[in-house]
Amino acid sequence: MTDSIGIVTPQTFAVDQPLKLVSGAVLPKFDLMYETYGQLNADASNAVLICHALSGDHHVAGYHEGSDKPGWWNDYIGPNKPIDTNKLFVVCSNNLGSCRGSTGPTTLNPETGRVYGSDFPIVTCRDWVNSQNLLRAHLGIEQWAAIVGGSMGGMQVMQWAIDYPDKLRHALVIAAAPKLSAQNIAFNEVARRAIMTDPEFHEGRFIEAGTTPKGGLALARMLGHLTYLSDDMMGAKFGRELRTESLKYSFDVEFQVESYLRYQGEKFATKQNFDANTYLLMTKALDYFDPAAEFDNDLSQAFSQTQAKFLVVSFTSDWRFSPARSHEIVRALLDNDLDVSYAEVESEHGHDAFLLPNTHYEGIFRAYMQRVTAETGR
Amino acid sequence: MNPITPEFKLIADWIEPNSHVLDLGCGDGTLLNHLKQTRSIRGYGMEIDPQKNIQAMLNGINVIQSNLDSEDLIHYFDPESFDYVIMTQALQVVRRPDILLDHMLTIGKQIIITFPNFAHWKMRAQLLLKGRMPETDTLPYHWYDTPNIHLCTFNDFEDLCEEKNIEVVARTVVNNQHQSNLGIRLMPNLMGEVALYKVQRK
Repeated sequence: MTDSIGIVTPQTFAVDQPLKLVSGAVLPKFDLMYETYGQLNADASNAVLICHALSGDHHVAGYHEGSDKPGWWNDYIGPNKPIDTNKLFVVCSNNLGSCRGSTGPTTLNPETGRVYGSDFPIVTCRDWVNSQNLLRAHLGIEQWAAIVGGSMGGMQVMQWAIDYPDKLRHALVIAAAPKLSAQNIAFNEVARRAIMTDPEFHEGRFIEAGTTPKGGLALARMLGHLTYLSDDMMGAKFGRELRTESLKYSFDVEFQVESYLRYQGEKFATKQNFDANTYLLMTKALDYFDPAAEFDNDLSQAFSQTQAKFLVVSFTSDWRFSPARSHEIVRALLDNDLDVSYAEVESEHGHDAFLLPNTHYEGIFRAYMQRVTAETGR
Repeated sequence: MNPITPEFKLIADWIEPNSHVLDLGCGDGTLLNHLKQTRSIRGYGMEIDPQKNIQAMLNGINVIQSNLDSEDLIHYFDPESFDYVIMTQALQVVRRPDILLDHMLTIGKQIIITFPNFAHWKMRAQLLLKGRMPETDTLPYHWYDTPNIHLCTFNDFEDLCEEKNIEVVARTVVNNQHQSNLGIRLMPNLMGEVALYKVQRK
């Protein structure tokens, strides 16, 4: 715990104004749960926003009181870490539609007095960015020194650079893609079907029914988890190793990899108590993300107003959002003569690599953040 | 950052101020930074080595990690995106120098390229008298561990340019101290150790 920011406490930003969503639906009011680390400097020039991925939340570094589990990017955010909290003021908010404190399917709908459940409207990357922009103003920040995100977080970073070009100086887009492929959407659809066909789903009103579609959610997570790992890494970690001494010729758990996946699914659905409606919403937001669509499918045009400087990072064994997807982003940024650096990090850990320690990744991350930090005032 | 080599100074002399430059195999970005300071250029570096990428980034360079043996150049850039595409001391390490030259000439209006001369008299002498692959200050490797898989002579390079309809706009031939002398001027392919070429499509 000594090398981290230490004990951190989440805060709530309560917005009493309605928020119009891309879908046309309106949230009459909403809360954003967020955490901050470090000190905002006098001219508010050292603020860094972190955007989280599908199952992530606002708890990105440090520890909550009484917990021994660090935030999800604790390896990269803290004192003297690549995102150095001695010098930078770090903000991370929980996305709308999540189940970790911001308004979402598990909170009460003020208009009906009932839990939102499946009534919670579909949210998109743009909606998240709009809500984060309200938080920015609330915190007295005119322009972020940088916005940083991996995977779905990286998509929000791109959305920021497109929608609010003067509100950020640097954009760090890690293990992301400019839009989902048919295969990506297909995986999401199978995950959603697993949840929605669970008898305990009750058309999304399972909380009121006093139950949760644990089985379906666990299946969805097992599938998702598979796409985060690489074949090589699974081979190295599990191979064909058995849990029992010999084959039993049954459908019980026999291979280690089966046991691991079941554990991951169950942990997600029970111990971590992730909300099934949130999982549906997050995968939908991923499917819809396609900033080029408004520009004749020309990604370069989508970035034509962008001013931010970019670092784009991909990982060699990531097949969910492969390096080729990052090349598309880099190409579009280069077309606009923007400042862009790109690193392709050698890793066997698949999509998950963006969360894990890696010397090259850390070196690149640290070097780029030094550039960001050097431009901040006092 | 590495020191500014005489070669980099010679290259800077060939660069128009405020131009758009791509440096292939940019290392830690020393050349690009020198050109930024002395010629106010803007541009990008490409580098495959992770450590050098980190160094280049620390030096404030926009660096794209890339393998020059791939199709990255034409994938990333439209034709004539750059005033100059520069590649120093790397022609001999790529898998297909001829294809890379084509790609460089597509995305750059002019290209500046430097490489060692395999026909320098020291090379010739070692091969002729000792019967062994030459090892010199310019090419200090054993035959089995050298990264230089496509060494050529100035004549070879100019033959390739001729074949590909490439015009040599300027050429500077120097010794390994990057100085010229009478011998080099009279017999460049025998006396010159390093050449700098500025070429473009005819």
